[in-house]
Amino acid sequence: MNRNARRGYMSRASLAVMYALTVLALIPLGLVLWFTIAKGLPPALHLEFFTNAFRPPGIPGAGVKHAIIGTGILVGLASVMAIPIGILGGVFLAEYSVSWWASWVRLASDVLVGTPSIAIGLFAYSLVVVPTHHFSGYAGSVALAVLMLPIVIRTTEGAVLLIPNGLRESGLALGLARWRVSLQLIVPAAAPGVITGALLAVARAAGETAPLLFTSFGNQITVLNPNGQLEALPLTVYHYALLPYKSLQDQAWGAALVLVVMVLGINLVSRWVLRRQIRLAGQL
Amino acid sequence: MAAAVETVERAIPPVRKVPDRFRTFTTAIASVAPVILVVIVVILYQQAAPAISHFGLGFLTGRVWNPVTNTFGALPAIFGTLATSFLALAVAIPVGVAVALVLAEQGQQAIRGIIGTGIELLAAIPSVVYGIWALYVLAPWSFEHIETPISDRLGHGLPYLAQPAVRGLFNAALVLAVMVLPTLTAISRDVIRATPRGLRESAIALGATWWETTWKVILPAARAGIFGATILALGRALGETIAVTMVIGNNFQIPPTIFAPAYTLASVIANEFTEATGTLYPAALIELGLVLILVTVVVNIVALLLVRSTGAKASV
Repeated sequence: MNRNARRGYMSRASLAVMYALTVLALIPLGLVLWFTIAKGLPPALHLEFFTNAFRPPGIPGAGVKHAIIGTGILVGLASVMAIPIGILGGVFLAEYSVSWWASWVRLASDVLVGTPSIAIGLFAYSLVVVPTHHFSGYAGSVALAVLMLPIVIRTTEGAVLLIPNGLRESGLALGLARWRVSLQLIVPAAAPGVITGALLAVARAAGETAPLLFTSFGNQITVLNPNGQLEALPLTVYHYALLPYKSLQDQAWGAALVLVVMVLGINLVSRWVLRRQIRLAGQL
Repeated sequence: MAAAVETVERAIPPVRKVPDRFRTFTTAIASVAPVILVVIVVILYQQAAPAISHFGLGFLTGRVWNPVTNTFGALPAIFGTLATSFLALAVAIPVGVAVALVLAEQGQQAIRGIIGTGIELLAAIPSVVYGIWALYVLAPWSFEHIETPISDRLGHGLPYLAQPAVRGLFNAALVLAVMVLPTLTAISRDVIRATPRGLRESAIALGATWWETTWKVILPAARAGIFGATILALGRALGETIAVTMVIGNNFQIPPTIFAPAYTLASVIANEFTEATGTLYPAALIELGLVLILVTVVVNIVALLLVRSTGAKASV
């Protein structure tokens, strides 16, 4: 065979292999979604699944209301702590990006994103549970807030950097104070991107198990006071999946389905908003 | 005339540097991130102090973990963490780089968008969902269709490939490979995209095929960045907790074969921390956490510097 033809075949064959590996990479996504739906849908189709709390195996009508409410409280509290600080931190990185301290903050945020969540759980345990002598929703939300903070910081920075400099200069030329330009002009213009970042952080926090194991600890009844032990959906999946009762394993799959729908829903919506924002900012 | 000019000059006040209070304020707020990072390490060191002073460096090389006799050595957990992570990377690197190449240059925009979204969703699925899937679907399947055939054919000659088990090191590495794939792919794609366009065009102008361009020009140019992406993925793999805890078998030993039950630093903490009583036992577990966080911080910093040196926007 002619050498050039062989080179062409070689190239096309390698391209085919690359595509085959790409398909291979997407198979786990399909399988995870398929099994979560197939195994999680039957238990999640009953209304009691959302209106009742834990019931011992064998007693019908068990649900995960306590976990859904717990996740809501934990993530809500964590958001209140992490999102305002994260947005202001991100504004600092974008507005004063040349300052030497900004590059340290950036590095610290990126390292914090990659910090094992179990270690952040140990941190919240040492910071909150040890002094107060009991597991609590507060401790859990501190752990989740630490996880969310760097994500909010970096996505806010990215969103603010998308805003053209002309807007900033117009504001300053009109004699507005620096903080007014940043917070009343730039941040509102970047709002969709900033909100996206916050939502992605919420989705990440809602799915975390490891930092809650010994902070919020989990509970079998519905608790509304964050000073008590709160159950969370990921804890439910983790604990029930490892128990030898078929009915609880089914509920674990149901809770996993609720979690996946929530997290992927937030992700898809926020990514759509973000792409739209990037397109619009390009036109500004 | 001269008098008028003087008046105008006096009317303009000398430029006075206004202190930028907004800058001071946001600097202080932003400093929360580095401060938290330092406080995490300091507070874990404090809590681990009893174990650190009791065991010294022997903690890292000890092989026995016995809460009853208060003997704690971390070596099997360190071994398990490294073994699962490197095994996972060995599986994930070829696939991740292939997907990154496809995303970075080949195919139509629409197909690339779908693949990219798919990989992003793979990153968004919570760890515990991978855990329950691995426990009930992946691990039994892999036991039957990967581990058992390999062990039957090669297990006699190579004892490291014997003793298949549903919950063990190999299956934990398999689920880890799926979980680090998005990190590896996203960063590699950014790095490949950041290679100068002229390189690719020159190679094509010289008559190189797509594969020759990719293999001999693009990949060597992106080598440092792909290495950075790999190390970043390593950092994620080292710290992954829940999915690994659910399938690794939780056996405190240096596993005799790659299929056997083992333990990782993170899964020891996840499994035992709530039951740890006394002073030395929780302190030893927190020391495991301290080892884990110090290793991942170093790994992450090295990786970030490598990725940034390529000029890719590190979209972590």
